[in-house]
Amino acid sequence: MLSALLVMAGIAVVLGAMLGFASIRFKVKGDPLVDKIDAILPQTQCGQCSYPGCKPYAQAIAKGEAEINQCPPGGEEGIRKLADLLGKEFKPLSAEHGVEKPKQVAIIDEAVCIGCTLCTQACPVDAIVGAAKQMHTIVAPLCTGCELCVPPCPVDCIAMVAVPETVETWKWRYPVIRLKERKREQAA
Amino acid sequence: MMASLFSFKGGVKPASHKDESAQVPITLAPLPSRLVVPLRQSAGGMPLPLVSAGQRVLKGERIGAPEGNFSSAIHAPTSGLVVAVEPRMLPHPSGLSALCVEIEADGEERWIDLVPVNYETETPDALRDILRDAGVVGLGGATFPSHLKLKPGASGRIETLIINGAECEPWITCDDRLMRERSDEIARGIAILRHIVSAERVLIGIEDNKPQAIAAVRAATAGSEGVEVVPVPTRYPAGGERQLIRVLTGIEIPYGRFGADFGVQCFNVATACSVHRAIDLGQPLISRIVTLAGNVERPGNVEALIGTPIDALLKLAMPKADTDRTIMGGPMMGFTLPRTDLPVTKAANCILAASPALFPPQGAEMPCIRCGACTRACPAELQPHELYWFSRAKNFGKTQEYGIFDCIECGCCAYVCPSNIPLVDYYRFAKSSMRTLEREKAVADAARQRFEFRTERDERDKAEKAARLAAKTAAGRQAAEGPGAAKATAAPTATQAPSAEEKPLTPLDDRKKALIAAAIQRIQSQKTGVQPKNTDNLSPEKQAEIREIEARRNKVRELAKTPPEEPV
Ligand code: SF4
Ligand code: SF4
Ligand code: SF4
Ligand code: SF4
Repeated sequence: MLSALLVMAGIAVVLGAMLGFASIRFKVKGDPLVDKIDAILPQTQCGQCSYPGCKPYAQAIAKGEAEINQCPPGGEEGIRKLADLLGKEFKPLSAEHGVEKPKQVAIIDEAVCIGCTLCTQACPVDAIVGAAKQMHTIVAPLCTGCELCVPPCPVDCIAMVAVPETVETWKWRYPVIRLKERKREQAA
Repeated sequence: MMASLFSFKGGVKPASHKDESAQVPITLAPLPSRLVVPLRQSAGGMPLPLVSAGQRVLKGERIGAPEGNFSSAIHAPTSGLVVAVEPRMLPHPSGLSALCVEIEADGEERWIDLVPVNYETETPDALRDILRDAGVVGLGGATFPSHLKLKPGASGRIETLIINGAECEPWITCDDRLMRERSDEIARGIAILRHIVSAERVLIGIEDNKPQAIAAVRAATAGSEGVEVVPVPTRYPAGGERQLIRVLTGIEIPYGRFGADFGVQCFNVATACSVHRAIDLGQPLISRIVTLAGNVERPGNVEALIGTPIDALLKLAMPKADTDRTIMGGPMMGFTLPRTDLPVTKAANCILAASPALFPPQGAEMPCIRCGACTRACPAELQPHELYWFSRAKNFGKTQEYGIFDCIECGCCAYVCPSNIPLVDYYRFAKSSMRTLEREKAVADAARQRFEFRTERDERDKAEKAARLAAKTAAGRQAAEGPGAAKATAAPTATQAPSAEEKPLTPLDDRKKALIAAAIQRIQSQKTGVQPKNTDNLSPEKQAEIREIEARRNKVRELAKTPPEEPV
């Protein structure tokens, strides 16, 4: 009887020690929930959600300080994914934070640019190259379309244009189910 | 030696409909007055245009430079005048446009100076570069640049070269005719391909419903050691690259790997022919053989220049009155063309006129009854009904688990499905959605990294600036104390004791203020100086555009002024 108790206690101590060690050794750095939310956010870094970037917004959601429907670039799909992840109810995009738009990129009218560098300072992802008093230009593949560079430009030479669909980025449409024909067939 | 045949699972045997177009010899399509040559005709990057409108070009002149090593060059199919370099609609299921070069033919067909090379004295690398610059791509339909396929893969060597003359898709006979009529050219192309990869043996797979082609190719390759023509059983899709490799060698290639990794590589017979022309004659790939079939009066095969309008070819074949649409490619893997005034590309193996009688519209989609017919028919040994279910539910992770990227979109499953489910449409949707998601994810990850880096840099800059400022103020204070003292301590530390408080700071502040005011004035004068340039002498559309942008900008400013409330 006593030996059985001792054996059980011994096993408990050993397992406990192993668990304790494992929790220190394999500690997850950072907050996994924040990273999961951040992975869903589109990384446009536009600040329309009223936070200074996607990560801060993710942190606010994780803390329960922000709603999940504040990110216009992420759109409805993003909200749905967030709702799935957090086990919350889906809600439409909050109008005060903006509207969902097709993806855009900024273009600088290079003839008008005076090289004031204000746009480079505004761009959250360093997508604009140029130096003081030199023409600036946007590296289109890096531009997230956040529009933050548009207001600071003193000569208003930055325009936002929609990214057109190309043969390479084209997506096959979801097959449409022809209900009409089925009805006709059923009638026949 | 007779190679023992293996077999692939599944497949179907649709009516072949090949006789009509296989009877007539290949004819040359007449030179059209205008040709539209799409710049991107192969997998890989978009070639850069080398010509501009108003320039004269010669037949075979390079008009698109391969971008990097992963695309293929594009050439002028005839001599003439470049009238436009602009986006045009492509023969693609999307009906989207991409950059094309339009050439007005001058009718002289003047070639560039052709430089044939002797392949036996060239290194494989040099030959690969010639093929890239000659725009040689796979002509079976996938248009994968041939020079890339000629690189030895993980196995380090390509021992077996497979030449694909199976041509399994119904209606299409361009390879059949090519093998019958130009088997010598094919044989020479094979010799070059073999030389490049130094392959020990060459297996030429031809479906056994093409006896004349088999005989012709056998005769042409009779003298060469290690080359064998192997008739393969007629069953769709025996001409699929993976299926043919499986049948001839027994090697199964998983998704994401290439034949080269297993020591085999597969080329189409038409590709071999264009390899011969590129090396032995110096001629770039500027034409291909196109089967014209279906609901037409005069089916057959024509050799058409790349860029010839499909309309012009249809005119040769004379579609019957009840033709309601045109298919590019075969009935199994092809797609309906959005219009018929689109150009022939390197991928266009067949133009098929369709009528409701020949290709009855598919019945309405019914629920899947899990009969398993699709699983038995699938040559890739997938479970199409599972893939269908998960694609339909947009459960993309699961489709990947079930191997959707191994699907070759052959259409066997949809062909046998008793419920008329357009299965392949679902797979294409799922595959392209996954590709888009992946692309978006890569972009988002890059943006996240750049944003994090920038935030870090900003903070570092701020800290450095603060440190510098502290040092400067300290220096300023010292300067006020006595000019000699400041010079003595060129690099003062921030821990200096403040001896003079307000007095020395005020002149500095004043100077700074004056500087800032001047800067603001300068910017303002620049603004007023430049703005007229921005709006003067512009077309009304541009003006309207500017007004629109102005309005949006004002809105953005308004939005910026009213800070959104902090939600709880
Ligand atoms: S609105 Fe969306 S994209 Fe913009 S910063 Fe916030 S989370 Fe990022
Ligand atoms: S270039 Fe302009 S729109 Fe594009 S990411 Fe930078 S600030 Fe945003
Ligand atoms: S053939 Fe059609 S009905 Fe039968 S299991 Fe496959 S998808 Fe379902
Ligand atoms: S289309 Fe794909 S799933 Fe269907 S039979 Fe062909 S390989 Fe199999």
